[in-house]
Amino acid sequence: MLILTCPYCGVKAEETELSPGGEAHLKRVGPGGTAEEFEAYLFARKNIKGVHFERWRHAYGCGKWFLAARDTHTMQVYGTYKAQTAHATDEIVANARQARAEWVPDWPQGSEAVVG
Amino acid sequence: MSRTPPFRLPRGGRLIDRAFQLAFRFDGRHLRGVQGDTLASALLANGQMLMGRSFKYHRPRGPLASGAEEPNALFGLGQGGRFEPNQRASTTALVAGMVLRSQNCWPSLDADVGAINNWLSPLLPAGFYYKTFIHPRPFWKHLFEPVIRRSAGLGRAPVGPDPDRYEQAYAFAETVVVGGGIAGLTAARDAADKGGRVIVLEQDPVWGGRTPTDHDGGPAAIDALLADLRGRGNVTLRRNCMATGLYDHGYLLAREALADHDPNQGIPRQRLWRIRAGHVITATGALERPLSFACNDVPGVMLASAVRDFISGYGVAPGRRIVAVTNNDDAYRTALTAQAAGLEVVAVIDARPQARGDLPQAARAANIPVMTGKAVAKVKGGTHVEGVAICDQAGDGRVTGSLDCDVVAMSGGWSPVVHLYSHCGGRLTWDEPEAMFRPDPSRPPLGADGKPMVTVLGAANGDLRCAGDLERSEAPTMPVWVMPQDAPYKLRAKMWLDFQNDVKVSDVELAAREGYASVEHAKRYTTLGMATDQGKNSNINGLAVLSKALNQPLEATGTTTFRPPYTPLTLGTIAAEARGEAFQPLRKTPMHDWHASHGASFEPVGHWRRPYSYPRAGEDRHGAVNREILAVRNGVGTLDASTLGKIVVKGPDAGRFLDMMYTNMMSTLPVGKCRYGLMCNENGFLMDDGVVARLSTDTWLCHTTTGGADRIHGHMEDWLQCEWWDWQVYTANLTEQYAQIAVAGPRARELLQRLPGTIDLSQDALPFMQWAEGALAGIPARIYRISFSGELSYEIAVPAGRGLELWERLHAEGRDLDITPYGTEAMHVMRAEKGFIMIGDETDGTVIPQDLGLHWAISKKKPDYIGKRAQARSFMKDGSRWQLVGLESLDGRVLPDGAYAVEPGVNANGQRKTQGRVTSSYHSPTLDRPIAMGLVRHGPARMGQVLEFPLPSGEVMKARIVDPVFYDKEGTRLNG
Amino acid sequence: MAEALADIARVTGLGMVTIRADLDHAGDAIAEAAGLAIPGQTRIVTDGSRSLGWMSPDELLLILPAAELADAIAALTDALASEHALVVDVSDARAVFDVTGPHADDVIAKLMPVDLDDLPPDGLRRSRAAQTAAALWRIPGGFRLIGFRSTADYLRLILENAAIPGSGLAPR
Ligand SMILES: [Zn+2]
Repeated sequence: MLILTCPYCGVKAEETELSPGGEAHLKRVGPGGTAEEFEAYLFARKNIKGVHFERWRHAYGCGKWFLAARDTHTMQVYGTYKAQTAHATDEIVANARQARAEWVPDWPQGSEAVVG
Repeated sequence: MSRTPPFRLPRGGRLIDRAFQLAFRFDGRHLRGVQGDTLASALLANGQMLMGRSFKYHRPRGPLASGAEEPNALFGLGQGGRFEPNQRASTTALVAGMVLRSQNCWPSLDADVGAINNWLSPLLPAGFYYKTFIHPRPFWKHLFEPVIRRSAGLGRAPVGPDPDRYEQAYAFAETVVVGGGIAGLTAARDAADKGGRVIVLEQDPVWGGRTPTDHDGGPAAIDALLADLRGRGNVTLRRNCMATGLYDHGYLLAREALADHDPNQGIPRQRLWRIRAGHVITATGALERPLSFACNDVPGVMLASAVRDFISGYGVAPGRRIVAVTNNDDAYRTALTAQAAGLEVVAVIDARPQARGDLPQAARAANIPVMTGKAVAKVKGGTHVEGVAICDQAGDGRVTGSLDCDVVAMSGGWSPVVHLYSHCGGRLTWDEPEAMFRPDPSRPPLGADGKPMVTVLGAANGDLRCAGDLERSEAPTMPVWVMPQDAPYKLRAKMWLDFQNDVKVSDVELAAREGYASVEHAKRYTTLGMATDQGKNSNINGLAVLSKALNQPLEATGTTTFRPPYTPLTLGTIAAEARGEAFQPLRKTPMHDWHASHGASFEPVGHWRRPYSYPRAGEDRHGAVNREILAVRNGVGTLDASTLGKIVVKGPDAGRFLDMMYTNMMSTLPVGKCRYGLMCNENGFLMDDGVVARLSTDTWLCHTTTGGADRIHGHMEDWLQCEWWDWQVYTANLTEQYAQIAVAGPRARELLQRLPGTIDLSQDALPFMQWAEGALAGIPARIYRISFSGELSYEIAVPAGRGLELWERLHAEGRDLDITPYGTEAMHVMRAEKGFIMIGDETDGTVIPQDLGLHWAISKKKPDYIGKRAQARSFMKDGSRWQLVGLESLDGRVLPDGAYAVEPGVNANGQRKTQGRVTSSYHSPTLDRPIAMGLVRHGPARMGQVLEFPLPSGEVMKARIVDPVFYDKEGTRLNG
Repeated sequence: MAEALADIARVTGLGMVTIRADLDHAGDAIAEAAGLAIPGQTRIVTDGSRSLGWMSPDELLLILPAAELADAIAALTDALASEHALVVDVSDARAVFDVTGPHADDVIAKLMPVDLDDLPPDGLRRSRAAQTAAALWRIPGGFRLIGFRSTADYLRLILENAAIPGSGLAPR
């Protein structure tokens, strides 16, 4: 049973205090989107064995949604970070690369880009 | 006066206290044991070697082991609801007055009819059931299955609820040590030195593991360690506590026995510890392996360590004349222990060509005959060992001699207990010199930080000769998987691997010949290791036999998967407090007790309990529903609507936000007004509905369905936090802050106006779909003119703490109006009479608002809302979707809820094609006829057409498509 | 018969106010209106009569005698009039229990997945008690636990079950 540290309140919460929210960093496609874009938004998930970014809500705690970088195979947690973040932080990327040298982020590097 | 039982030794027994005698019953016989006995030791002391029957062949069986791995000596214990099958005699402490029942035998343990299977054993090889009972297929249901069912299953299931109490508890420690032997206690001391909390778990009631039994200085060494640990503030020592499973991120489950089989203490019987460990040290020791020689399952053939334990731990002689057979030095300890206890050690038969270690030499010095290079060709005896035939290990079993004996103490070497280490991904490596799988230090299970989560120490790590400073030199083990090495089929078919499930060497070889090359397949085909002992005895021996049959090294075969729990857990510990009244958190409204005292028949709605109806004397639930509906339609009724979700949404961007949440426009709702809103998910499907009230320029109150409150609040927060976090909106779930009472019926206004208050309830001042706030009967209240019944209706929200006061006041004031409390079913029927949809009835997660004719509640002006894009998908706009209609049964009977309307033809699966289904169906007391709603293809365009609904009975009901609004189409009743 | 592990007592007469605001920006105004300092993350401050607990990065819970509720709401609403903020009365939405006695820790440890060694004297922990949401903080002699009003009977039942005599968690 997983433990994830909520980045909003600092509590080391166990899985029963959290509710899962699926893959992170999906970009919403609204009425203007093409059928292909909308399908990708609604249904296409990476289902990765390895470094995975996912949404969790600290449901029995502060109520905030946060993001976790976790290895779906080894269960290693590379870090948790706030939901208002475009990508995992450089520190999390470094943690993941240390464990899985072959893994590379699928977003442009050099921009930690904390929005909001 | 009690006599000493015949096999209790005059001296010795580290674990027992002879001063306290305990009477117990075994299959009707009255026997005696002493404090500290296990069931096995107590029975052996009484000369009762026969303790069970094997599962498949019903062969007579005695105890094999002295610990958690015992496969044979299993009993049903307890009475009635406390009855529990398959309790291991070796680990169950004897309690005064216990009643033991042997299992898997009929009519008795000594004269078991099922033992005929034993004579049939040549006909019952591995896979017998799979091969035999396939054809002819019709025979399966009526002939094979009933017969197999009667003979299947080990032990009986208990009858009735378990009256014992169970509990769980959470614990946290930087280090958890599993195993209270010398390796574990030493590791605990070292961990405690480094700081941090240390928890030590020991499955047995006593500390020390094998060390006190096997080493002269053992007890003193253990006592010294315990004294040290007990003096430390950061160490918790917990015995009788079995670590059953290790899960991700250091989550460890352990079962502590508090009052096992001793229900009179009034405390929980067992406690499940849910431990979060920073690091886990497993010092779980090793299990001795049986040797595979012919008839190695005859009662009296035991593991050498068990023989030793019974003698030195319990002062019990398993027999008088002992033969030890071994491939390693450790079994010599048993020979020496037995001889020191005054028993005759006939010989040690050692498969190794030589035995020159300290222990064999000590045995020779004690005049114990040692025969090297020898093997047991066959055990003699039926229900009890009578002797052994001897042969050369390097041969095919030609008998070279025989020895009389009543106990065979066998040792096939030791296997580290790697279960906890393996549960969470730890990998093993094959240690050829010691013939065992041991933890691979390069592939341990990893924790949340990616670092090794488990350290394995001592015998569990393969360090079989470690005992702290008490080490003694031992010669290497010689792998012996079959005894003798070239044993012919006749012998191999009598060599048991899995004693509980009756899997023999020949069965595993057969599985290999038939192509079950994968160890996981061979396990399931033969049932090797699938019994309650989960292969603790049989695993490695079985793998070795399979590997040999497949002509591959053991490491290539690998092991089956180690899964929790290590030993079976009672369901009671898993349920713990969650039973009876506390099975789930029952949510009660502030008026709950009033409902209960007025005869409410409750129904669950989520975790809430809501009154379904209030049957009076002589009335059933449905009679009450009809009465309640007519009371509302003709007078006035009250509904406890407190469970409806109430979410306040406030901020400069709240209107914009709600325009995204709902399909219709909420930002334009004037202050003081209410609007019915629909909420969809991104798939476009309707997920919730409710009335939204605008409280002020920047504040809205959103009502949700009863089941939707938490979910919709979470949904709102999700979008606010994760998508539009720059929008200034705050929400709060105020569901529990308010009691809400619907006062409905033509006389609702009249009733409310009798109460003193500051709110003008007239039609002009408070028209339909508006709200007002002020005081009512001296209680601060917000009153909404909304209606789910179609009648003149007010929903009154007051602080929850004053809900009952208002409810009672209404009932007092309305007595002459025949005010009637109504329940959820009356509410459902009345809304159906009005053609109002219900989330969960008309919707099922695949229905869009357009299907329900709710176009009027979908904004055409808004550029976006959650679900808008999805509703533009081609198949959502396709006219062939099933759409809402009313249904009128032709024969005056109520249509079954959920019935399908069929159409001609069959689909690709050969099933009747369908064109619609019933979503709500009731008898309407208002109209005195059945009403129903349904979703039908092209429904609204097919008014007047008749559909066919086949029933499970084969009968077909017919119904006409009609308008879904059955009552008061003009809506005039809303205004009273 | 031995005694229960702890006393379980329902507490009534409390007012509670949920305050949602940008605490960095509006903290001073809230502190002044509430009469208490703004608590740190996952902490609760108290003056013996009133308490102010940190519930989330933008949410506080003010707990005070019911008689002071209306004035406090008015003061907070007034103080935050120029802010984007939400001040709501949640007094009736809660059930409050005090769990006190020498073994109060054991009762909590049976129900909540919370490391009590990690809970500072002024810590406030939101979690669950068995199957329902609950928040916990220390009071003299034990703990105060708040949950939802509708689950009051359930909370009392599981707390009393966990406190049955003789069921302490000390190793035996
Ligand atoms: Zn949190």
